[in-house]
Amino acid sequence: MNAGIAAIKTEAETGLADTYTAARHDLPGGPAVAAARAEAFNIFALGGLPHRRLEAWKYTDLRRLMKDAKPLAGAPDTAALAVAEQAGQWLCDLGARRIVVVNGTFAPALSDLADLEEGLTIRALAQALVADEPLLSADLGTLLPYNEPALALNTAFAGDGVVIEVAAGAEVKRPIHLLFVTAGETAAAIFTRSVAVIGAGASVSLIESHEGPEGSDYQVNAALQVQLGDEARLDHVKIVREGGAALHVGTLLADIGARARFNAFGFIVGGSVVRNQMFVRLAGADTVAEISGVSLLAGRQHADTTLSIEHAAPGSQSRETFKAVVDEAAHAVFQGKIAVRQQAQKTDARMMSRALLLSAEAEVFSKPELEIFADDVQCGHGATTGTLDDQLKFYLMARGIPAKEAEALLIQAFVGEVIDTIAQESLRDALSAATLAWLGERG
Amino acid sequence: MTALLEIRDLRAEIGGRKILNGLDLTVNKGEIHAIMGPNGAGKSTLSYVLAGKPGYEITGGQVLFNGEDLFEMSPDERAAKGVFLAFQYPLEIPGVATLTFLRAALNAQRKKRGEEELSSPDLLKRVRELAKKLGIDPEMLRRPLNVGFSGGEKKRNETLQMALLEPRLCVLDETDSGLDIDALKVVANGVNQLRSAERGMIVITHYQRLLDYIVPDVVHVLAAGRIVETGGKDLALQLEATGYAQYQNEAA
Ligand SMILES: Nc1ncnc2c1ncn2[C@@H]1O[C@H](COP(=O)(O)OP(=O)(O)OP(=O)(O)O)[C@@H](O)[C@H]1O
Ligand SMILES: [Mg+2]
Repeated sequence: MNAGIAAIKTEAETGLADTYTAARHDLPGGPAVAAARAEAFNIFALGGLPHRRLEAWKYTDLRRLMKDAKPLAGAPDTAALAVAEQAGQWLCDLGARRIVVVNGTFAPALSDLADLEEGLTIRALAQALVADEPLLSADLGTLLPYNEPALALNTAFAGDGVVIEVAAGAEVKRPIHLLFVTAGETAAAIFTRSVAVIGAGASVSLIESHEGPEGSDYQVNAALQVQLGDEARLDHVKIVREGGAALHVGTLLADIGARARFNAFGFIVGGSVVRNQMFVRLAGADTVAEISGVSLLAGRQHADTTLSIEHAAPGSQSRETFKAVVDEAAHAVFQGKIAVRQQAQKTDARMMSRALLLSAEAEVFSKPELEIFADDVQCGHGATTGTLDDQLKFYLMARGIPAKEAEALLIQAFVGEVIDTIAQESLRDALSAATLAWLGERG
Repeated sequence: MTALLEIRDLRAEIGGRKILNGLDLTVNKGEIHAIMGPNGAGKSTLSYVLAGKPGYEITGGQVLFNGEDLFEMSPDERAAKGVFLAFQYPLEIPGVATLTFLRAALNAQRKKRGEEELSSPDLLKRVRELAKKLGIDPEMLRRPLNVGFSGGEKKRNETLQMALLEPRLCVLDETDSGLDIDALKVVANGVNQLRSAERGMIVITHYQRLLDYIVPDVVHVLAAGRIVETGGKDLALQLEATGYAQYQNEAA
């Protein structure tokens, strides 16, 4: 028995260990995949669930927040598939290719796999794992800390997901919408791993949405691994609209080539506890990255956006802009780190996080970090936390606009600044509409 | 006949400082009243108190608007009832397009009055017409409200809002300041077009010149938080010569 197992002590940790022991022979994968899973589970077992004494998880104490481990979701039944078929309606105007994953299982019957553009392939991760493709272990060690616990759990348990490959030079015009839908009566644990490998000079737009039932305390651990080639372009938008009691832990790993364009946007509006972590490395020179996000939180929601961006080559530019609107007793966390390696001269990186508190109980934790080893760089970060401007509100009210509506206008303006940076107009409209809907639900 | 606006012995403080000290003023429908007075006398304060700006403590007196207690109403209710303040310093609101704002304002007022909302094309048409009259570049309507507008453009924009909303009581707080000579005529013209037997106006200004264009029925001097003199439009001319020194004692 591994001595590190001793670190496991909470009910959730014991549950995860039991689940792993019971499921490991059934999880898809050949010997190499099984070995990667075993190693990953060991890493997890050594440290247990991340807790507040770990700097990276300081504000999101998963050991406290995750009460128990849910059973692994099985293959979706017909009822779940029926729910999934209707899911994501509010995003149906995107003209995107729908690729559906239900309870962690790729659902080809619900997915639009017809007429794939030249150079585009889409397949189930499970297939690739069965063929023992080394997708779970692929060179991740340099992108994020070796013992990152959330990803370790993902590696240990991920049964399925979507593998998207775009050949060099291919221009995929139609956006791809990955719908991760959770459905069913019993709360389950869902681990998915998706992979997007985008060849040199290729371009694609990837929308990733997560949703599930309102009352269920299901648990999602979803990872997306991106490899963006030189001169390639990826527009990635992730939407977390999980049910109100759900736990969502998301990890984005992105390795970006030279002279590429990487746009990533995170929209968090649902879930009880959300941790959305991104590890981005600008590995090639002269790349432009724009990473931004909006969180709209109320009730007792807790949403943590943790971003680590590494400038590893010269001449790249990155912009990180995150906004949170926090109402009632919700908590927003933003941890942002820009690391500039010694060879990454002429780096131009700027990070900004802004939070708008709508109630006295709402809280914001913001931790920006710069770690710079090159001397000829322009880097900056800032963080602000504020309340709605009473003067502006009065000006609007003096023109006849009622208080709530005046606030809504100001909040829309606050988040609109970031939403407006999304390239696709229909997506901007959908997120603005979602913001409006959220504002409509405010008491 | 009920006065449009009746202010009786109004006293107001901000941050523990007494600013309005027993102010009386009655404006009837169809009348234009000019208010002049030294800096810091409380003119803007009066306008803010009428519009319902938070932060002021009303320590005495009463304000009736068409016979109704104004202080019982929130700022948006006052606006819907027809109170309009053209701000001395219009605020910039990033991220809210001018046209979006105008639509929200007009339709909120209409809704509150039980009237039908104006459709977007109708609104656009109406706003365009008014903008043209006021020499406002229609492009500005797409820009965020007042953001990066010049001082004069902001004042024109206030006038545009007033013309669109067709209030019953217009309070213009130094709408002339920051305007060049041509703009002054355009804005004054816009204001004059709103003159009607149903509408009253309070025009706060430091310059007699504006009153050549917007000819008042009554001119008041406000000093130290009270109306200390009331006269015809000649009073403005006279003040131009004498200044406010004669009212310093009352200020004390
Ligand atoms: N928040 C505040 N706290 C304390 N005093 C204030 C505050 N706001 C305004 N005052 C004071 O109230 C007084 C009246 O100000 P007000 O703006 O009403 O004057 P005004 O007559 O409009 O002057 P001006 O001609 O310069 O526009 C001034 O002395 C001003 O400093
Ligand atoms: Mg003033």
